[in-house]
Amino acid sequence: MIRVVLPAHLRTLSACQGEVQLEVKGAVTQKSVLDALEERFPMLRGTIREHVTQQRRPFLRFFACEEDLSHESPDAPLPEAVASGKEPLLIIGAIAGG
Amino acid sequence: MSGVRVLVGTRKGAFVLTADGKREKWDVSGPHFAGWELYHIKGSPADQNRLYASQTSGWFGQLIQRSDDGGKTWAPVGNKFVYDGVPGKHQWYDGTAHPWEFKRVWHLEPSLNDPDTVYAGVEDAALFRSTDGGQNWEELSGLRKHGSGPNWQPGAGGMCLHTIILDPTDKNRMFIAISAAGAFRTDDGGNTWQPINRGLKSQYIPNPEAKVGHCVHHIAMHKSRPNVLYMQKHWDVMRSDNAGDLWQEVSGNLPTDFGFAIDVHAHDPETIYVVPIKSDSEHFPLDGKLRVYRSKTGGNEWEALTKGLPQSDCYVNVLRDAMSVDSLDSCGVYFGTTGGQVYVSPDAGDSWTPIVRDLPAVLSVEVQTLS
Repeated sequence: MIRVVLPAHLRTLSACQGEVQLEVKGAVTQKSVLDALEERFPMLRGTIREHVTQQRRPFLRFFACEEDLSHESPDAPLPEAVASGKEPLLIIGAIAGG
Repeated sequence: MSGVRVLVGTRKGAFVLTADGKREKWDVSGPHFAGWELYHIKGSPADQNRLYASQTSGWFGQLIQRSDDGGKTWAPVGNKFVYDGVPGKHQWYDGTAHPWEFKRVWHLEPSLNDPDTVYAGVEDAALFRSTDGGQNWEELSGLRKHGSGPNWQPGAGGMCLHTIILDPTDKNRMFIAISAAGAFRTDDGGNTWQPINRGLKSQYIPNPEAKVGHCVHHIAMHKSRPNVLYMQKHWDVMRSDNAGDLWQEVSGNLPTDFGFAIDVHAHDPETIYVVPIKSDSEHFPLDGKLRVYRSKTGGNEWEALTKGLPQSDCYVNVLRDAMSVDSLDSCGVYFGTTGGQVYVSPDAGDSWTPIVRDLPAVLSVEVQTLS
């Protein structure tokens, strides 16, 4: 199981509490995890990635294993600790605005 | 028993204010979607329980929420707003070409007779329509593909399509307004559009009488007289008696004719309301006095309405979609401020009381008259 931690507003939107646990088929990448996340919670489409470009929204970051993975390729494998479920993928809203 | 439901969009959530026909005791529900910007919430004229809300965020983008029970519960519907074809470029603030990019929905206008049909005015300026209750959106691209698109430019708030008016007597006629492109009209259901800005004079553009480029802030119409339009332009209050073919200034004795909001009395199409704001660089009332101005002559002759409104040290703004009227026998007038107050006048503007005083900055106010 892949573990994903959503920012508070997206937990409210998707009506989920705590971590999300996802089954991901094939390689565990940013893209495959987000595809699985949006498949399970369709209301999240467009909120993390732009609808058309599929690019990460600029005020969001992806952290895991104490690393910033935001600028990694969407198709790059996520760390083994994320793929094994030992560590979560954190989706973080930038500390900005009021 | 008749009553009213006031739909308030703010910088940090939505609020629903309800009262019976006396409009004295209010129930306040909210915040809904706490922490999000609610640019606009509006009910369907064909089904008072069907509401649409534009929920947006700099972090998470655009959502559309729909309620089928008058705002008690909500569910997200479609949020995929994709321009038709290659969107092209418009003018940026410095006059250079800038790619069209979707940012948010400013205004939602439900159809007059079908609860599942709703129009969305968006930034960067374009008009979208859903015919399935907001699940799917299609651009009416004839507007953006009007030949003048490359000359449109953003106002201070962005290049937004903020006003959509449906003609109750002609399903093929619609009016929209864009900051800063101006007003446009379609007579064929949105396939083709023409700019309707003749008579507007804007000193802040190279040709003050250009066909497009005017910063129109808002337009209002009375349903009984769809050829008469009232406009609050950046500066100037304007009127057209021929569906926008020609405008004339009706600022008359207003102390300042800058402002954002404008609306029409529910039962008297010659009675209109504006909230004069000091200037484009000082977005607050003149002399710190919050005054609604009413004209009973369709413009030119204005009276200040002050009873119940703060007449000293008031420095709030009233935004373009933050004024509305109900259609009870004694027409109620409502407006919200960037200071978080929502005022009601149950006597057509003669006197005012705050329904709430301390909401987040108010972006929009719409009123439903409930049967």
